[in-house]
Amino acid sequence: MKKQESVAADEYELRLFVTGASPNSVRAIANIKRICELYLAGNYNLEIIDVYQQPLLAEEQQLIALPMLLKSSPLPQMRLIGDMSDTQKVLKGLGKNNETTDGIEENL
Amino acid sequence: MATALSTKKDTNIRLQKSPTGIAGLDEITEGGLPKGRPTLICGEAGAGKTLFGIEFIVKGATQFNEPGVFVAFEEKSDELAANVASLGFDLKKLVQEKKVRLDYVHIERSEIEETGEYDLDGLFIRLGYAIDAIKAKRVVLDTLENLFSSLSNEAILRAELRRLFEWLKTKGVTAIVTGEKGNNQLTRQGLEEYVSDCVILLDHRVQNQISTRRLRVIKYRGSMHGTNEYPFLIDSNGISVLPVTSLTLENKVSSQRVSTGIPSLDNMLGGQGFFKGSSILVSGTAGTGKTSIAAHFANAACMRSERCIYFAFEESPEQIIRNMKSINVNLEKHVKSGLLKFHASRPTLYGLEMHLLVIYKTIQEFKPTTVILDPITNLVTVGTVSEIKSMLMRLIDYLQKEQITVLFTALTLNTIINENTDEGVSSLVDAWLLVRDIEFNGERNRGMYIMKSRGMKHSNQVREFVINDHGLELVDVFLGPEGVLTGSARVAHQLMEKTEDALKAFSLNRKDREIERKSSMLEAKISGLRNEFESVKDELNRIYQEEELKQEVLNQNREAMINLRKEKVQQSTKK
Repeated sequence: MKKQESVAADEYELRLFVTGASPNSVRAIANIKRICELYLAGNYNLEIIDVYQQPLLAEEQQLIALPMLLKSSPLPQMRLIGDMSDTQKVLKGLGKNNETTDGIEENL
Repeated sequence: MATALSTKKDTNIRLQKSPTGIAGLDEITEGGLPKGRPTLICGEAGAGKTLFGIEFIVKGATQFNEPGVFVAFEEKSDELAANVASLGFDLKKLVQEKKVRLDYVHIERSEIEETGEYDLDGLFIRLGYAIDAIKAKRVVLDTLENLFSSLSNEAILRAELRRLFEWLKTKGVTAIVTGEKGNNQLTRQGLEEYVSDCVILLDHRVQNQISTRRLRVIKYRGSMHGTNEYPFLIDSNGISVLPVTSLTLENKVSSQRVSTGIPSLDNMLGGQGFFKGSSILVSGTAGTGKTSIAAHFANAACMRSERCIYFAFEESPEQIIRNMKSINVNLEKHVKSGLLKFHASRPTLYGLEMHLLVIYKTIQEFKPTTVILDPITNLVTVGTVSEIKSMLMRLIDYLQKEQITVLFTALTLNTIINENTDEGVSSLVDAWLLVRDIEFNGERNRGMYIMKSRGMKHSNQVREFVINDHGLELVDVFLGPEGVLTGSARVAHQLMEKTEDALKAFSLNRKDREIERKSSMLEAKISGLRNEFESVKDELNRIYQEEELKQEVLNQNREAMINLRKEKVQQSTKK
């Protein structure tokens, strides 16, 4: 039972790496915030990091293409690159299968 | 920015170059890669692209005080360090000293989801940070094309690559980008269209089971460069490129002469031997004594306390030493005293280029004044005639520059290929001795003549070349009505001449004696005649005196008579 609880309690650990206020970054921030609120409401932790401010992170995190959203939990780890404008792909990357998304969208 | 500006300013005058430190390449490119600009190195897998990049970075850090960043897309930093450690590059130490920075860029395709527009700012930031951290002047990206397999949006990638190269230029770093060779283009992703300043192609070909690496500068905007394919090598010291020929023929020459070690051969060469720093070819059929000539030459050099290297491609050093002992040439003591060095290797051990490099290196380390290659024809097994010619040309060029005398031996067979070898090399060498068999009268003898010897008087005669316990000797052959006489025929002829001489001397003696006898006989006759003449003369004298006496007596008588008469007259008158 404990396992089930932990799964239910599993928070989405998300980190979005952006580069200042570039158009892609601005769009990505807006998009991910919208998607999180819509699909992961209350069950996520989103951190937005400006790589310009912490250039060392670029090497540590193997950053190449930006913006990038790093999902470290739940497993598997995923890296979503781009401005997050393709909602379907973002959800696929977050591990939200199509059924649930469909359900939510119907409910809305 | 300041550096970028100054670079731009200087390019107006002359393109600035960044030396690679790779042996030979800076000669071909006349100074190195374009400074502050990207250069593309392309080639097939295993052509040596990564090593080229690494060497550029390491040499920059160690020799030219230009720190460098190496961005690896293929190998992890540790792997890279381990791989190049075998080449004597201590990457880890350089990293600690902040002269080099390694960055491993890796994208796990399975973890990636592309969700829209993106750019490669992450790479820019990393690179920018790395460059600024060690004030790098050099950057290597190995190999950028890996991005194309990790990221699918080609349009974005291409736009970003263009931006990357522009950005690198503004950073003022000299960059090397490597790319794998594509089907119909230089690189799979057409990187050459972004890098327009300098493109170098590395190639790795196998011919007759022996591989040769080659390098070609395809383009170099704003600079002269060698356009040929240059063989290059990867060995324990990294890459070395060997320019086929130096562009000019401005070698210094010496008029100093060196002895051949065979006095009679020196005599044939105007009495002094060869010029120092010249190249000598000794060619001949099997068993004509080429190696013996070479050994004498080596021995003579060591006797002058000069250093000599003997490259043997046929026999082992011990074999040569033993064989030469039989003709009174002691090479062993020179080996022991360190004046003579043998370097024996099978021709098939490695390709021609590798041979050339080994020769170069050995010479550079040992610094000899005399080099012997015995025999060069064995190298035919690892290369074509034209390849050997080009190799020897480069070798001779180098040796002339260093003022090292070189003696090659070449085996001539009656096949066309080998005659070509001779001809091919003969135009390169300064002196050419030909040793050949003279088969006559049921025996085989050796004859030698000087085919050419630039810049000195030399004998035009064929000499018989005798190898005996004391070494080599050149003997005049007999040119008679019967043709050229050698060996026992020559000795027989000599004996015959001796007999003739004795006979001649004897007959001369006899004639002399006869003359003497005749003269004494004649002299006796002369004295007899003289006696006769004396007696005749006496006789004549006596008659003459008698006449005179008679005349005197007559006169006296007459006077007496006159006086008598006068007295009679006076007496008569007195009376």
